[in-house]
Amino acid sequence: MTWVLANLGLLLDRTLAHLALAVPSILAAFALSIPLGWAAFRYRLIRGPLLTGAGLLYAIPSLPLFVALPALIGTGARDAVNVIVALTLYGIALMTRSVADALAAVPPETHQSATALGYSPWGRFWLVEIPLAGPAILAGLRVVTVSTVSLVTVSAVLGVDSLGLLFTDGFQRGIVAEVVAGLVLTIVVALALDAAAVLAGRILMPWTRVGRPRRRRRAQPAVEVGV
Amino acid sequence: MIEFKDVTKVFPDGTRAVSGVSLQVPPHRTTVFVGTSGSGKTTLLRMVNRMVDPTSGSIEIDGVDVATRNPVTLRRSIGYVMQNSGLLPHRTVADNIATVPRLEGTSRRDAHGRALELMDLVGLDRALAERYPAQLSGGQQQRVGVARGLAADPNILLMDEPFGAVDPLVRADLQHELRQLQDRLGKTIIFVTHDIDEAFTLGHQVVLLRTGGTIAQRGTPAEILADPADQFVADFIGLNRAQRRFRLETTPRGTMVIDGEDRPAGYLADGEGSAAP
Repeated sequence: MTWVLANLGLLLDRTLAHLALAVPSILAAFALSIPLGWAAFRYRLIRGPLLTGAGLLYAIPSLPLFVALPALIGTGARDAVNVIVALTLYGIALMTRSVADALAAVPPETHQSATALGYSPWGRFWLVEIPLAGPAILAGLRVVTVSTVSLVTVSAVLGVDSLGLLFTDGFQRGIVAEVVAGLVLTIVVALALDAAAVLAGRILMPWTRVGRPRRRRRAQPAVEVGV
Repeated sequence: MIEFKDVTKVFPDGTRAVSGVSLQVPPHRTTVFVGTSGSGKTTLLRMVNRMVDPTSGSIEIDGVDVATRNPVTLRRSIGYVMQNSGLLPHRTVADNIATVPRLEGTSRRDAHGRALELMDLVGLDRALAERYPAQLSGGQQQRVGVARGLAADPNILLMDEPFGAVDPLVRADLQHELRQLQDRLGKTIIFVTHDIDEAFTLGHQVVLLRTGGTIAQRGTPAEILADPADQFVADFIGLNRAQRRFRLETTPRGTMVIDGEDRPAGYLADGEGSAAP
């Protein structure tokens, strides 16, 4: 505890650095998985290869990916961009399937109704399909959020600044409090971002919050004798 | 006027939904397409707003082939009410009703005001305006569906089994109100149902379709009842069903009408004591 109190400034810096890696990765994964998920949902032929390919991304161990990326995209070895690109790829791996499944779960009659009303395909996608797929997409985003926050720590091995440096530094110097602080703060950051995602969902999708109190309309007997 | 000219639809899987249908749908009247499932009634309906394009033949609205119209603008000009209301679950009642005016560029404020007027028209309490569809009863949802279909003040209203999913009492209520609404608004309505009683209740013109999508008979309800074209029609309209066969019995109150199952249906309207029992 003494260590923690003596290093509050450092903990704050590490936390902010962690957020600076995690948040752009999560947002980029979210933005890119929408068109990828749509393509998988829309075109049956590429659905299999696309989803399997995206899933396989996740099978690439993170450490070699962090190491290999500079050579592939021409960044510096300790560049934060490497981490963001790698984490975005992992996010896409998880999220593309969520988006494809969420779009497939939009009720066909709602889809048809929107078409009959005169939505253009583009308008229908953004104003009807994406909102209705929203809750399932949000569920996928929450998994990506906590997974990304956790994976960011691995980048510490490359010496990129994040809460992960508290692990490596703590291990090397034998400061247990530093390791524990890193662990606790990683969890706190994950929970905070998850809560932010849930809150955004509640604000953007108010209809998911309504209960279903079925008010019965007063039935009026329709008596009409006519032959 | 809507005119179907020798319309055929064969779906990619080989199903022949509609076979050589030629038909005129008179303006400001209700035309009901009735038939069992597989008779092509919904397919015919959906050809009017190009939800389905015919394999051959054409559909004309006031002499213009719909195939020459942009599907999106065509659909916005035609009201559509579907089974289970088809409401957008993520929009409030008022926003659902205002959908087409909003798509057409009406301001939010004007569209909302118009939505409230339409709620009055279809007998919905304005207090429901900010509710979501899931919070309404089945009957209320159908009313919202009708209001939404009328929102852009279209000349044509397509109704695809709109009252199929509500209980019989509410359905009778909705049918009655639709008739009153139609008397007031005079839209060209095409209404699809599998319920012959509903067809006779609502239709000025009834088009009876048989499996494979051919017309078995068309005419006013009275014409079809008076002179069914063949055995299929006679069976479909239940001419031999006990509820359609009536006899008269003289009682102290007047002439009582009794159906084939010996259930009194009411009193004959002309003559004394014609009040309903």
